[in-house]
Amino acid sequence: MAKDKIRVALTGNPNVGKTTVFNAITGAKQKVGNWPGVTVEKKIGIKEYAGHSLEIVDLPGTYSLTAYSADEIVARDYIIEEKPGIVVQILDSMNLERNLYLSTQLMEMDTKLIFALNMSDLAEKRGDKIDLSMFEKLLGVTLVRTTASEGEGINSLLDAIISKASSDMSSSHKIGYGEEIEDRISILEKIISEDKALVSKYPSRWLSIKLLEGDENAFSKLSSSSIQPVVERFLSGLDLEEYEAEMADKRYEFISKILPQVGNTCVEDVSASDMIDKVITNRYLGIPIFLSLMWGMFELTFTFATPFMELIDMFFAFLAEVIATNLETAWLASLLGDGIVAGAGAVMSFVPNIFILFFLLALLEDSGYLARAAFIMDRLMHSMGIQGKSFIPMLMGFGCTVPAVMATRTLEDEKDRLITMLVTPFMSCGARIPVYVLLAGTFFGRQAGSIIFGLYVLGIIVAILSARLFRTFIFKGTPSSFIMELPPYHRPSPGNSIKYMWNQGSLYLKRVGSVIVGGVVAIWLLAYFPQGVEYGSAESYIGSLGKLIEPLVSPLGFDWKIAISLIFGFVAKEVVIGSLGTLYGTGADEGMLSSVLLADPVFTPAVALGLMVFTLLYVPCIGAVAVIKKESGSWKWMLFSASYSTAVAWILSFVTVKIGNIIFV
Amino acid sequence: MTESTDNTLNMLEIGQRARIIQVKGKGSSRKRLLDMGMVPGAVLSVSKKAPLGDPLDFKLKGYNLSLRKEEAKMVFVEVLRD
Repeated sequence: MAKDKIRVALTGNPNVGKTTVFNAITGAKQKVGNWPGVTVEKKIGIKEYAGHSLEIVDLPGTYSLTAYSADEIVARDYIIEEKPGIVVQILDSMNLERNLYLSTQLMEMDTKLIFALNMSDLAEKRGDKIDLSMFEKLLGVTLVRTTASEGEGINSLLDAIISKASSDMSSSHKIGYGEEIEDRISILEKIISEDKALVSKYPSRWLSIKLLEGDENAFSKLSSSSIQPVVERFLSGLDLEEYEAEMADKRYEFISKILPQVGNTCVEDVSASDMIDKVITNRYLGIPIFLSLMWGMFELTFTFATPFMELIDMFFAFLAEVIATNLETAWLASLLGDGIVAGAGAVMSFVPNIFILFFLLALLEDSGYLARAAFIMDRLMHSMGIQGKSFIPMLMGFGCTVPAVMATRTLEDEKDRLITMLVTPFMSCGARIPVYVLLAGTFFGRQAGSIIFGLYVLGIIVAILSARLFRTFIFKGTPSSFIMELPPYHRPSPGNSIKYMWNQGSLYLKRVGSVIVGGVVAIWLLAYFPQGVEYGSAESYIGSLGKLIEPLVSPLGFDWKIAISLIFGFVAKEVVIGSLGTLYGTGADEGMLSSVLLADPVFTPAVALGLMVFTLLYVPCIGAVAVIKKESGSWKWMLFSASYSTAVAWILSFVTVKIGNIIFV
Repeated sequence: MTESTDNTLNMLEIGQRARIIQVKGKGSSRKRLLDMGMVPGAVLSVSKKAPLGDPLDFKLKGYNLSLRKEEAKMVFVEVLRD
């Protein structure tokens, strides 16, 4: 028997267990990527079942299918443009009323719909009684009960998918929107029916409804149609905002009419989650609890990861050593050892941080705490032009910018995410510490501690001011809103968290790894050639480049040696010190480097301070730049981030050196 | 029993119940509020405030929805007295 492939789309509100259903169906066979053109995550899994091959697409979780966010547009365009064979909506049985709002929109899209009533065990325990057959009759869709966390009901869901796929019953349940709006809908349907191509592509009632809601994304689907001007003229005379409210109202009215007919659902006035929140979001306890959780998360991500990172470093150092001793051709040994192996080592060294952080983030999200964290911190973060959830990436930035930038994907709003991504590199990461320690220790002796503390504060101030600047000038006229569900607390599923961690980690290795290796090899080429010069010395190409850009940094009091070491700092910021060691001929001996720097007239305390400020603020390392490219989905933002941070670094170092020259005479 | 009709959501105290009269304003925030169930006639109550006083958390349609005061100002309500 020939296998026919059935495409199945999973939809549902956030926090209804959609990912658990997806994981329960597809197991390990998942592919993670991005939807074209947007940074919304796309997950596809394959399931072989009863002689059929099912391609399951996990659409982003949404409350509605308007054009409110990129998530909603992705979900609705997939259903309306790609026309999957079956659409499954996962519903939270504990909260049917709001969940069914999305259902009312799906029912207008002429698809074969199945509803999975998830978490039905909890609803039953609460005393809910739902009459499935009555429910099916009233909505005209197939219903299946699931408890995905226990794997229950998954096979019945698959059976329902297969039998529904072979039937030709698609849901076209109509919600009555009242006389006035229904009149308008029929007029629009008539206009649309003139364009046969449009009718074959989109359900005309759905399109008419969206047009009446003033949905710009729906209107843009008419752009190549001859009827567009007619529609435009028709709509211009109507109060679409009034209709929009009216239609939302009618949908909820429809829901509140059918719900009492399908059974009794118990909604408690004070749920267990409300009780937990009395402590977790308490006026006095909320912030201390949040800060201690954040502290624990930071410690686990960075301190706990250290031995793993050291092991990885040792392994790659060993590998480079083996290559160096076994290869006769010097340049090849250096290319492999100092270039490719070092690059791969740089890629791998971020892996423990990323895996641990994403595991913890998944636990926080799954448990329901992440939403509370946003709720608690929003007041503070909003005053900076970002929102509550931005706190976590920014805090992680103190450890390492790479996982921190990746953590911005917990922000749903595209603009909030971009702003957070652009300011996170100003949080002083761990790799900058060796630079501060050496320079502050050498030039400021007992004040070193205060100097380093001051640098951290400067980074935070620059981040805050930049966020405000971006919100005012780049994303002007688009205030972010904060309309967020606080989902009920759940026991988090370690299985889901491990899968999430694995997917994110492998995505990093696939997308970002090659860019980092490429960058490290490029720097190697510049440092190794022309043939015969010492690696990274003044005679190498990188040396010439340093001399070439010397005039650019000489107003800061920096010479070509500093310029070269800053270029090397692009590989990783701590390399600034190693590079200075090479250029001053002191190698890895930092004590010696320290005394040589003190003796060099170029290195005044003011210049040393300026160099620290520059190291703090200028273009983050190649790993960070590569993840910014990947997470923002565009070269534009990557280049903007690199040039903005370098410009800020230049200006503030200049000011620092000038003031320093006055103070430290 | 109704008290006054030109209250907005941000004026309510914790524990107070209210019925929505209308959602004013424009654009995507309004759309989102409507989608989330803030439709005329819906009844909600204030369940808590964030430790720093903003955002506010409401209970409506059996779930918890948080809004900044900024957004809460768009929602006009009548306060319900038990």
